[in-house]
Amino acid sequence: MGYPHAPHPRETTVLSKYFGDRDAISLDGWRKRGGYVALEKALGMTPAEIVGVVKDSGLRGRGGAGFPTGLKWSFMKPGDGKPHYLCCNADESEPGTFKDREIMRWTPHALIEGCAIGSYAIGAETCYIYIRGEFTEPLERMEAAVREARAAGVIGPNAMGTGKRVDVWVHKGAGAYICGEETALMNSLEGRRGNPRIKPPFPAVAGVFGQPTTINNVETLAAVPHILNNGADWYKKMARADNPKSTGTKLWSVCGNVARPGNYEVEMGFPFKDFLYDLCGGPPPGRKFKAVIPGGSSVPIMNMEEAEAALMDYEGMVAKGSMLGSAGCIVIDDAQCMVKQIARLARFYAHESCAQCTQCREGTAWATKIMERIEAGEGTMADLDTLLEIGDNMTGKTICVLSDSCAVPIASGIEKWRDEFEAHIKGKRCPFRAAAAA
Amino acid sequence: MADVKTINLTIERRPVAVPEGTSLLEAARTVGVLIPHYCYHPGLPVAGVCRMCLVEVEKAPKLAPACATSVADGQIVHVHSEKAREARKGVLEMLLINHPLDCPICDQAGECELQDYTFQEGRKDSRYREPKRFNPVEDFGGDVVYVPNRCILCTRCVRFMDDVAQEPVLNVSERGDRAYIGKFEGKDLTHPWAGNVVELCPVGALLSKDFLNKARAWELDRTASICPNCTQGCNAIIETRDNTVVRMRPRANADVNDYFLCDAGRLDYRWMNGPNRLELPQARRNGLLADADWDIALGAAAAAIRGKRTLVLASPMLSNEALHLLSRLVRATGGSGAFRVARGPEAPLPGVKDLSLRSERAANVIGAEKLGFKKTDTPLAGLQATDVLVIADHALTDAEIEAASRASAVVVIGTTLVAGLSNVAAVLPITNFAEEEGTFTNLRGRVQRFLQAKAAPGLARPSWFVLADLLGALGESANYFLPADVFAALAASHAEFAGLTYDRIGLRGLPVVGAAQPAGVAQ
Repeated sequence: MGYPHAPHPRETTVLSKYFGDRDAISLDGWRKRGGYVALEKALGMTPAEIVGVVKDSGLRGRGGAGFPTGLKWSFMKPGDGKPHYLCCNADESEPGTFKDREIMRWTPHALIEGCAIGSYAIGAETCYIYIRGEFTEPLERMEAAVREARAAGVIGPNAMGTGKRVDVWVHKGAGAYICGEETALMNSLEGRRGNPRIKPPFPAVAGVFGQPTTINNVETLAAVPHILNNGADWYKKMARADNPKSTGTKLWSVCGNVARPGNYEVEMGFPFKDFLYDLCGGPPPGRKFKAVIPGGSSVPIMNMEEAEAALMDYEGMVAKGSMLGSAGCIVIDDAQCMVKQIARLARFYAHESCAQCTQCREGTAWATKIMERIEAGEGTMADLDTLLEIGDNMTGKTICVLSDSCAVPIASGIEKWRDEFEAHIKGKRCPFRAAAAA
Repeated sequence: MADVKTINLTIERRPVAVPEGTSLLEAARTVGVLIPHYCYHPGLPVAGVCRMCLVEVEKAPKLAPACATSVADGQIVHVHSEKAREARKGVLEMLLINHPLDCPICDQAGECELQDYTFQEGRKDSRYREPKRFNPVEDFGGDVVYVPNRCILCTRCVRFMDDVAQEPVLNVSERGDRAYIGKFEGKDLTHPWAGNVVELCPVGALLSKDFLNKARAWELDRTASICPNCTQGCNAIIETRDNTVVRMRPRANADVNDYFLCDAGRLDYRWMNGPNRLELPQARRNGLLADADWDIALGAAAAAIRGKRTLVLASPMLSNEALHLLSRLVRATGGSGAFRVARGPEAPLPGVKDLSLRSERAANVIGAEKLGFKKTDTPLAGLQATDVLVIADHALTDAEIEAASRASAVVVIGTTLVAGLSNVAAVLPITNFAEEEGTFTNLRGRVQRFLQAKAAPGLARPSWFVLADLLGALGESANYFLPADVFAALAASHAEFAGLTYDRIGLRGLPVVGAAQPAGVAQ
């Protein structure tokens, strides 16, 4: 659903409070809404104190991996004599995910504030916001906001008049999914081909331009000012009573076969069933949900039995066989062909593979060809075993996880909807297409 | 280097002790375990992309790329465990799905790492049923042609041009399985060292135009040698088929040329097969130069020389052994020795310390100088009408032939005929560098051995052999049976060469006494 619209009563709007509020976009508007108070406060604290608060809040990376943000910041050793860098990963390209886009469209200063606080906390004077090449409107808004903030002295050589230097630069990507992988992003930022790097060394040791670097997701950084304003305890309370490991609010992008697609912000641990049927309005009329990919296209596909029992936090999704990922939720109803959906996902990964690692370069393309052949009714039963074996060869053996991400939906698809695959093979055509034609 | 910590680990049940920072792949190599790999090359930065060298490290959650994983104390590494072999089998299958099975017409067949590892541990069949990717063959300029269908995208060529030649020409273009090695707009592989990408390519994707469809790898005889084309003295392998040199390749030597050989060195070998060779000894009798037995020709040469002062024009392409015996001839006749060296532009390989195609384009300039021959652009300047000129495989300009014709007599010891001289007393045919054994001294004073790669034409004899016979005919003691004997005599009579023997020099070479070596080179 586009903005502006009234949030659902069961949402907890922290990050999304001003989504749709045109006046919140400008620096003045943002200041009137409490903006840059947290930055002022932060610049009066020591970096270690900020890291302590963020650690205490339990904030975890919102880009997919869920790594504790405070811990990540603490890897940056102050006073090592090297320039430190903060990278903000705004290359939101995960299929089904569009939460960072809205943060940048409606509250660009929230991100700049988060970036400035993060930079100061890790001893960096420079922050790069690497923004997805296709994000034209968010790019314009971010650039305008950075210009405004710099002109007003909020950031720059004398940030907020404290004598501390925080520079923020917006860098536009060229439209490659893989540049959302943190080390590929750094290569791309440096002007190289966006290939993921071998780790170690990790970015905290040798990141962008070979210097210690921290890389955080847009949503992660945007949450930091709220934590500083309201305290770690406030943030920590937004969690399941029995799971203190996932805290705060989470933005969920919902797309696919639901009555009300869009972005939703709920507290960690929200019941997935209520979310899908109540907030998102359930399936379209006359349909039933069949499957949900809860965390962007790279996570295992859930069937409804799993999804309806899941709780929406890092551990809750893992407990039901999937992952929170980027919280880009793709909902599939019973009129859709799973083979076709998965073949489409595989094609995406085959297109976006950076071509470094053998298993990924060849495996993603090969798996796609087999998937598309099965979908066309030309598959064999042996193909299913081949797919699973290719998937096994593609998992855990490459520099980054793109290849794993391609293998995951195929494996969970064959495991959970084997009947659909077999119907394609035995009937020599797609049963859904046949039904639609009838 | 003493402060580098030693790490102890176990690889394939063998105890290994290596310096900290060594990769698992190199550590395994020290105990004779080859971890299959494609993208890794010791002369290039690590890429870690082919994923062929995945090994199982106990207690590690995932298989580790051996090229990009440093050793750690107490690691237990399995190279040939079920898990590691399955992973490699998977990589091989993936590499082959788009690889044409055209080994029968591929130059790389027989020396192809994809072929070797597939035979060693690949699947017997392919499960790939779809059409293979196709890209047309592309001329990469220089000596290099690119066959993209065979490419496994290991990126060794890209890394060589970026990091070693430091002239970025190649790149990985496109993504996914559409990827191929691209050439930057308007650039060609014309760097003087670019031909090394052919050598580095583990498969038949980058081929030498010079060697294209010329021979099968298994038909070749390989001989350890030294590139004779400049004073650098790159270690090389001469490859022959049917007694014909068909290819020159680098032989790794970290102290001289690392893993590389320049294009000039690679491609300038045809003269070793040259057609216009002296095959029979000749002697002047009754005013006519005619074919003769060795004894008669040697006798004629000795007769011409005896009692005269000689000017020895010695080619800087001759071995230390031949030059040593020539220097004895100079001394015995109270003469002098000189040579001229051809020059060309210097062409360094920036990524390797002290490696360059040197401007002096002959193998043994330093050896000739150390053995008393004068480097000059006018080597005949001191020639007098009463002198005997001994031309030892040295090229002459027209003016020099004119000057030589005024010598009292000329003795030719060479591989090719010297035309235009009527005062030649005797012609003694010798073998060329590829046809005999010997040593060269490179510009850093490193003495390096080369072995005989092919048979001599006709009755030609090794240079040291002929010169020993000539000294004998002049009444000098020169009883040598092997080039090693000549070298021993050289080492005994020249302080700089003291202590050097063929055995000690081996195939990696040793510097002469007091030679200033680049940092890090073993003395």
